Amino acid sequence: MSYPLNPKLYGDDVELEPIRAGFGRGLKAAGEADENVVALCADLTESTQMHLFKEAFPKRFIEIGIAEQNLVTVASGLARAGRIPFTSSYAAFSPGRNWEQIRTTAALNNQPVKVVGSHAGVSVGPDGATHQMLEDIALMRVLPNMVVVAPGDSVEAEKATKALAVNGKPSYLRLAREKTPIFSTTDSPFELGKAYVLKEGHDVSLLGTGTMTYQLLVAAKILEEQGIHAEVVHVPTIKPLDEEIILASARKTGRVVTAEEAQAAGGFGSAVAEFLSSHLPMPVKRIGMYDRFGESGAPNELIDYFGLSGPKIVEQLEDWLKRTPRYHQND
Amino acid sequence: MGKLTIPQIEQKANDIRKDIIKMLLEAGSGHSAGPLGLADIFAALYFNIMNIRPEEPEWADRDVFFLSNGHCVPVQYATMAEAGYFSKQELGSLRKLGSRLQGHPEREKLPGLENTSGPLGSGLSQAAGYAYSLQYLEENTHRFVYVVMGDGELDEGNIWEAAMFAGKNKLSQLIAFVDRNNIQIDGTTEDVMPLEDLKGKWESFGWHVLEIDGHNIESIIDAASEGRAISYRPTLIIAHTIPGKGVDFMEYNYKWHGIPPNAEQAKEALKDLRSLGGKITHEGEGV
Repeated sequence: MSYPLNPKLYGDDVELEPIRAGFGRGLKAAGEADENVVALCADLTESTQMHLFKEAFPKRFIEIGIAEQNLVTVASGLARAGRIPFTSSYAAFSPGRNWEQIRTTAALNNQPVKVVGSHAGVSVGPDGATHQMLEDIALMRVLPNMVVVAPGDSVEAEKATKALAVNGKPSYLRLAREKTPIFSTTDSPFELGKAYVLKEGHDVSLLGTGTMTYQLLVAAKILEEQGIHAEVVHVPTIKPLDEEIILASARKTGRVVTAEEAQAAGGFGSAVAEFLSSHLPMPVKRIGMYDRFGESGAPNELIDYFGLSGPKIVEQLEDWLKRTPRYHQND
Repeated sequence: MGKLTIPQIEQKANDIRKDIIKMLLEAGSGHSAGPLGLADIFAALYFNIMNIRPEEPEWADRDVFFLSNGHCVPVQYATMAEAGYFSKQELGSLRKLGSRLQGHPEREKLPGLENTSGPLGSGLSQAAGYAYSLQYLEENTHRFVYVVMGDGELDEGNIWEAAMFAGKNKLSQLIAFVDRNNIQIDGTTEDVMPLEDLKGKWESFGWHVLEIDGHNIESIIDAASEGRAISYRPTLIIAHTIPGKGVDFMEYNYKWHGIPPNAEQAKEALKDLRSLGGKITHEGEGV
């Protein structure tokens, strides 16, 4: 299936929008589609873009105050009463602070509580390490019953939000604060649990989630100029993983790189490595934050500084590609 | 279901206590003091206060019950079996592999449970979420949400977040019990982390607060009734109870918080319960 990409993708005039803005629109649309959708926020209504829902459906918006433990547990009770609760805060606080409540009252209790963690990753910028959540993917993907989604841009975030409103499961939606290039189009497909090949290639598979998919597309373009034909796969749903697409791409290229704006340990790259190690063991390079916290700075400056921009990813890969042979299956 | 008279409920509470002792002996682990202390409150809730249909646990018009201190679930299981949610025979499976009666309650395992709890401090929030839905999203005024919390559990910050939320939103269909038995694992509540002035604390959070004898069935029923009558405020019932109530050697002793009786102790406990603390003699009758 072909995936329509934004024609302006590589241009200077590519549209930029915060991923969270797409969530705001998606939540309002989900609220229009089903009156059981309710929204709860912990004193960050505009930051997390819940204000659109609040203005449209004031009766179905619940202000919780700065109390993230209460945020998700009240949501669990609402879910028991038949509502579909979306909760939002910064990812550092939810699921950062209230993980046990999410584990017990949403995941084990198997209620369709939606945890929306905004301002994830180092691109939060000047607020610094306390607010730059890097461990959320690892924390959430190890929970049974939990669905974990990191949309790549605002257009996809809107689709993901609408999909999570009807999936009937406890779910985590990871959002970024900063304006992010829009690589997809309104016609691009999105389905929970599906990954998408954005660019075909046969030398190496570049698997990205969230904001990093755009950076991988940029990296792949640079690699192409160097004669390396990289395949770029966008994996917005981290759990459940689209094993079929990942396996097909890995089998074709024999080398896999993952990228996420999060700790390289325990997150998306680990999920891919865990899967491949038991199905098709091959070299997997995980790009992310290497056992360290972020720090204050301008968002783009930090993305570059931590080696997460397209050109810096190419730098990280140059040596690895030279010394890592492509895996060939004998069967 | 039909509502029972006070003496009938007292008898139910005693039967529930006997079942608790048998269940814990059979399980070989679990909590004794809290469940025994709560038997009167559970008997009053399930046999008088709550509008429920044990044969139809998901009945749309039911009152709902959230257990916040999940470790006390043996009293809930014993009460539910007594009320007919499932067979009393199943009580023997408590804490065993494959059982629906998990060591701490899991909603999806057993019809009739409304929530999953164990880690303390989160049940009041869940009850508040449900009550919020009834009051503001469904505009349903005839269903009520009951929750039981432990007193040691009130150390948790999550409880006070929920207390603020319920107070702010005047959740008048929310009726909460605190099992004020004064014990927690490391000692008495006032030594571990003082809770008093407990009534004053909850009142300052916007709650209507009652203090009752948690073993007096009539008081329990009256307090819940008053809670349902109060508008614009959630109700907190501080139920003073005796941990281990009904079993002489367990009463007031915090060491019985988290352990079950052994065979000898269970025999002694059942003897206490059958004689209602010695008030009834069973001379010549084997225990």
